[in-house]
Amino acid sequence: MSEISTSPVGPGPDKVYADYLKKEVFALPKCKKCGEFHFFPRIVCPHCGSFELEWQPLSGKGEVYSTTTIRRKPERGGNYNVCLVTLEEGPRLMSRVEGIEAEAVKIGAQVCAQINNDSDEPFVVFTPAKEA
Amino acid sequence: MSHELRGSSAIVGVGLAGCGEAHGRMPLDILAEATHNALDDAGLKLSDIDGLFTGSSYHFMPTLSTAEYLGIKPRFSDGSMVGGSSFVAHTLNAAMAIKNGLCEVALICYGSNQRTAGGKLATMSEQQTYETPYKPRYPISSYAFAAARHMHQYGTTRENMADVAVAARKWAQLNPEAFSRADLTREEVMSARMVSDPLSLLDCCLVTDGGGAVIMVSSERAKDFPNKPVYLMGTGTAHWHRQITQMPDLTTTAALDSGKRAFDMAGLTKDDVDVVELYDAFTINTILFLEDLGFCAKGEGGAFVSNGNIAPGGSLPVNTNGGGLSCVHPGMYGIFILIEAVRQLRGGCGDRQVSDAEVALVHGNGGVLSSQVTSILGTEAVL
Repeated sequence: MSEISTSPVGPGPDKVYADYLKKEVFALPKCKKCGEFHFFPRIVCPHCGSFELEWQPLSGKGEVYSTTTIRRKPERGGNYNVCLVTLEEGPRLMSRVEGIEAEAVKIGAQVCAQINNDSDEPFVVFTPAKEA
Repeated sequence: MSHELRGSSAIVGVGLAGCGEAHGRMPLDILAEATHNALDDAGLKLSDIDGLFTGSSYHFMPTLSTAEYLGIKPRFSDGSMVGGSSFVAHTLNAAMAIKNGLCEVALICYGSNQRTAGGKLATMSEQQTYETPYKPRYPISSYAFAAARHMHQYGTTRENMADVAVAARKWAQLNPEAFSRADLTREEVMSARMVSDPLSLLDCCLVTDGGGAVIMVSSERAKDFPNKPVYLMGTGTAHWHRQITQMPDLTTTAALDSGKRAFDMAGLTKDDVDVVELYDAFTINTILFLEDLGFCAKGEGGAFVSNGNIAPGGSLPVNTNGGGLSCVHPGMYGIFILIEAVRQLRGGCGDRQVSDAEVALVHGNGGVLSSQVTSILGTEAVL
């Protein structure tokens, strides 16, 4: 059985991911063997099975893969968007697009990651990419 | 050479209980009544059961709680949990256990009081760290993503999905046991309150109470029972993800694999299938599964389900009890599709009976399009 090349002690990938976000960095594990990124963060590459991974920052660029508007009464905060975004580096994650109406989020739209720091546990949201 | 499990076991008893509303009853009360009805159907008694297969959203150790309630001491138990598909998956494990002499009389069972307990989906599921901040609605938003993607890639329309709900309702209108039997039009489905776009309230399954039980024995013994045996010709399981973010392509499910495995074991093809019972938690499910199981090409499911093609009188009878959309859906639905398939193959389903039904396909879904399990059932004619 091969060794896990990441440190055998210390925080696991959930904690490392969260700590990067607290430092305003959106990063994910990248496989040293096959070169693929993955999400959610693990200690094994789900693409090739290698345990040799390294954390790398992401470009923050992505594309809306699918989207839904969750209907909510105005007095409870109104409708909101939840979407799946495929990152330029390959992985897909759940998120939301901010800055436009929920219903205006379309499949195929180009989006940019932002780190939402409103709570003690930052998370990634997206905004529409600026026109080139 | 055919697979050793092909036709090695048969279903000789089925029972339902508490479907719709079972006021004041707990999940195990409903499960026990369904078990009583299945035993009656098979001419067996509780003490004959020596194999137990069950799943629950209420009991952390469901085989232990169920056996304790029923007062049985099974020799073999299996509580494999793959969501609503669990009970279809249990047919494979029961067939293996029976074939290997680990049990002789297998009970597969489920009960839930989801509706009268308040309508909330009971779950022991873990918190999803990477999804919670975005407040998706479980499980509907995951299915909404799949529907939106299917519409985007293949031009599937809300009309197509509405036609799935309308077909289910037309079957339900032929089934006196179905929960929702009022007339339903495509326009009513489309104008119903939106929940998670593009799915409206009427694109979603019912929330009911209900329980079901199935008794399986070896084929050698199967003719010694009051009802015509229904043979398990094959079961195939597959899963490619747990959460929707990890599903490689939201328009293609692992039913592609489970269906092939089930047909391979059965030595049959989709052309042999007379009646189809699919887990229709949402209207998009029926479209996805008909494609992935080979009844139409990928992307053509929307057209396939439209204009009454899967309704009574259409080319393919699908969800003849009215489905999870119109008949019954108490949290997990897998046991009910098995039971409807058995009843169709026995004959005697009244107005909804599919004529000359010899082969039924049962397809269970669990999680968020995650677990896919296909079973092929047949009469003696195809053994």
